[in-house]
Amino acid sequence: MSSLAQSHLRETFELNIGPQHPATHGVLRIKVVMDGEYIDRAEPILGYIHRMHEKMGENRTWNQFWPNMGRLDYLSAMAYNHCYAGLMERAAGIEVPERAEYIRVITAELNRIQSHLLGFGAYIMDLGGFTPLMYAMDEREQILDLLESVTGSRLTYCYFRFGGVYNDIDDDFITGTRAFLKRFRPQIPMYHKLVTGNAILMDRLIGVGPVSAEMCRKYGATGPVLRGSGVNYDIRRNEPYSVYPELDFDIPVYKECDSMARYMVRMDEMVQSCRIIENALNKLPEGPVMAEKVPKALKPPNGDYHYAVEAARGTFSMRTVSDGTNTSYRMRLRSPTYSNVSLFEEASRGMLLSDALAFLGSLDPVIPEMDR
Amino acid sequence: MDRAKIKRELENLAAESLPAEPPQEEAPVEVQAEAEGEDKAKAKAKKEDDAPRKNGLIETEYAKRGTHLDVQINPDQVVKAAEILDGEGMTLEMVTGVDWLKEGQLEVIYDYSYPGGQLFRVVVRARVDRNNPDIPTVCHLYGGANWHERETWEMLGINFVGHPQLEHFLLPEDADFYPLRKDFKS
Repeated sequence: MSSLAQSHLRETFELNIGPQHPATHGVLRIKVVMDGEYIDRAEPILGYIHRMHEKMGENRTWNQFWPNMGRLDYLSAMAYNHCYAGLMERAAGIEVPERAEYIRVITAELNRIQSHLLGFGAYIMDLGGFTPLMYAMDEREQILDLLESVTGSRLTYCYFRFGGVYNDIDDDFITGTRAFLKRFRPQIPMYHKLVTGNAILMDRLIGVGPVSAEMCRKYGATGPVLRGSGVNYDIRRNEPYSVYPELDFDIPVYKECDSMARYMVRMDEMVQSCRIIENALNKLPEGPVMAEKVPKALKPPNGDYHYAVEAARGTFSMRTVSDGTNTSYRMRLRSPTYSNVSLFEEASRGMLLSDALAFLGSLDPVIPEMDR
Repeated sequence: MDRAKIKRELENLAAESLPAEPPQEEAPVEVQAEAEGEDKAKAKAKKEDDAPRKNGLIETEYAKRGTHLDVQINPDQVVKAAEILDGEGMTLEMVTGVDWLKEGQLEVIYDYSYPGGQLFRVVVRARVDRNNPDIPTVCHLYGGANWHERETWEMLGINFVGHPQLEHFLLPEDADFYPLRKDFKS
């Protein structure tokens, strides 16, 4: 693989990727030591949009922290809402009405499809194919319109509340979602025809960026990266939360450990998310969407609380330390791509630079969520 | 992954970490789950809440806390704990810290989970002195600990001895403060 062994001179040079390379969809910088076309060492440098969300968690009340949850991973903000809601409901012992949980799942899964669609389009664009992005954006806007109609915001959702959701969904949303599913389902086979089978794409992805299951374990990588390495681990199944145990869906797992496997996991997850949404819409019970008697100023008992959800990019978990007051003593946010990208340095050693960019894209990093 | 074995080994580790004076009376295992109901137990639990926690293993109730085992050990034992958990195929999900200003201590928290199917979450924590916050690194066992420890160092000033690259990461390069410490004033 590496040319390091071949070159007897071993002259290296430093190359900066970013902080504003278009392939990184944000401002990630990678300091690369190159040996010719091959990577000797690639060190990701973070922090360009660090906003100190964890400190914000300590100096505002539990309720005031809500808007922050939409601003971590701006592509799958609903899962982050879900984690915070679940965490505080666990801490304060709040029961959530069933309808609210179903609405949470429906919106979170729509959000997941939207996130994977953008990931798909942008990834192919990174690799040089422009047209798929247009298709993906078209579908994605339909989801964003649906979600905007119930949440009031386009991406930075602040829709969930302790004990439920802020707004009930109406018939327009339900019929709109069903219509979207009907329209979207045949699109995925078309994507596969248009993109996945393309010889250039296959050459660029198959066998590129091998990440073994053991490496995932050592680095704490989760989500499609882990499932693309043959490990069947999904928080929705392995640590069930909300109403996921009542819904039918499969966890797509690929054993190839390469960029193609991670790409395929995301594509298959969209199909599964469609299944979840349809299932949840069929089972959607009547009733209230907010628990009664949720105190305005939440004061959870002393102690540590932990909650994890499956966001679009892997396990997002929160750990909070409460000291019995209406603010958090310590708020820790564990973002999935922070761990996923941390294996880049080890995995990219000896890789061709162009392959490394294809590999980085397959990790699907979202920078605001890594930097927090 | 063998839950009973992990529990037993961590329990032994916690027992080793206790001061040597009262070996029999101080049972390291405290089961929190059944503490409800009796006023006495409640009062006792409340009293314990106020004091800094002693080393030892607690079986926490998953539905309430989100974790299964919660063990507090001495700082020099965290590598041993990581070795035990690594040997059982657990993954290190995050490393974080808490500043206990009143007690003059910094707490380092390691969250472990099991990616193999069965649900099992273990928390390992250790407390270091605020004036001398040294703790050994677990980077050589878990590559992922590198970034997490680096972040904990720059946010809370906990010195991970043996860490290959304790440099600024999320904060600017010239930051000479620890923003998550409780006495930090912006």
